[in-house]
Amino acid sequence: LAPGLARAQGYSTDETPNSFEEISTYNNYYEFGTGKSDPAENADTLTIDPWTVKVDGLVDKPGDYSLADLTDGMTEEERIYRFRCVEAWSMVIPWRGFELADLLDKVGVQSGAKYVAFETALRPDEMPGVRFPVLDWPYREGLRLDEARHPLTIMATGIYDEPMPKQNGAPIRLVVPWKYGFKSIKSIVRISLVDEMPPTSWNIANPREYGFYSNVNPQVDHPRWSQATERPIGGGIFAKRKETQMFNGYEQDVASLYEGMDLSENF
Amino acid sequence: MTAFADPINRATRKLPAWPLYIIGAVPPAWLFWQGVTGNLGVDPVKVMEHQMGLWGLWLLIASLCVSPLRRFAGINLIRYRRALGLLCFFYIVGHLLIWLLLDVQLLSQIWADIVKRPYITIGMIGFALMIPLAVTSNNWSIRKLGRKWRQIHKLVYATAILGAVHFILLRKGLQIEPILYLGAILALLAVRLVPNRRKPTR
Repeated sequence: LAPGLARAQGYSTDETPNSFEEISTYNNYYEFGTGKSDPAENADTLTIDPWTVKVDGLVDKPGDYSLADLTDGMTEEERIYRFRCVEAWSMVIPWRGFELADLLDKVGVQSGAKYVAFETALRPDEMPGVRFPVLDWPYREGLRLDEARHPLTIMATGIYDEPMPKQNGAPIRLVVPWKYGFKSIKSIVRISLVDEMPPTSWNIANPREYGFYSNVNPQVDHPRWSQATERPIGGGIFAKRKETQMFNGYEQDVASLYEGMDLSENF
Repeated sequence: MTAFADPINRATRKLPAWPLYIIGAVPPAWLFWQGVTGNLGVDPVKVMEHQMGLWGLWLLIASLCVSPLRRFAGINLIRYRRALGLLCFFYIVGHLLIWLLLDVQLLSQIWADIVKRPYITIGMIGFALMIPLAVTSNNWSIRKLGRKWRQIHKLVYATAILGAVHFILLRKGLQIEPILYLGAILALLAVRLVPNRRKPTR
């Protein structure tokens, strides 16, 4: 089977996606407030045009890219992914986006690079939530280079046929479906190729609770709650919990990335 | 101060406490109905769970306001305190039932959560301390227990602190709202330490 064919068939789940309304009214985007409906209420202030992404570090073509320049030449497709929040709720989301690997190829990753670091916009004038030191702003995330290059890892620019809602991380965000949702950083303004594991926001805030990898793992509990099960969003008040899958159901695709690693140690 | 307090005291003198129980039953019933009919957003169980917990905390704080209001403002709402306390207890029972039956659902996981998760352990201890208070919130117990009754009911101070700490710990990151509640509770407990100068010291 040609790799291209495997892709087209293999990466979307056939589970029924959540509605656009569910996906765009129930968000964690603390820059706009810590309540689940705060982002949908407050994020309209975010200016997304123009949008510049700084690409720096160990790359051949560093620079400040406009969104159009950055995404030029990328092949967008729909990817219907399970989305599992570290808070133990889950959704199914039809993203539109392109593979991060393609973007990395475009900017040219140099041989010394081992990790990719990302940064969310920090705009105190547009983001009411950053007045409070809930996290050490700007929001930062990172992936190991092989995780970043995995074909499941995408840069998303839309949901269903809509452009990415601001509360979901417009205009461009990361989606890593086998990791807890907070790894999928929103509204990216900086991508850095680096040789050391970059600091990441939740890990800085509480290293005991949030590891760098943060792979979905039903056997490794969050210190304050079990990760064995999850509440699917959208089922009403009598919805049954369901069992959380290893790597959020992407075990076949990604387990090899972590061969030989103790996942309860590298959580 | 009495110019402010007297009209309130006069107005409430004839108002019995029992309607509070009926009024107090309305919000939970309304919340449950909103949940069943799909009007609580996309995650109704969490909304119900959190709202009942928050309302319970409000009632707890309201009941803690009664004696400072009488002492420092001359406003006497003591006849409503039992209703506030019992309503608080019922709301927290509701909060707990929603968590047990609609959220966690699995008996094995519930017990694991209670012993393993500090914020749930703390919440459960706070709840357990409320049980003797709810059971003795009646005239017969007051007569029967005499002085002991007042001592037992000081457990509410511990419950209030545990409730606020439970709220702080369950949030991701250190958030401002639950800290404000803890601050309010600590302030309400601190004013009780102000020595009463009017009492003759002999």
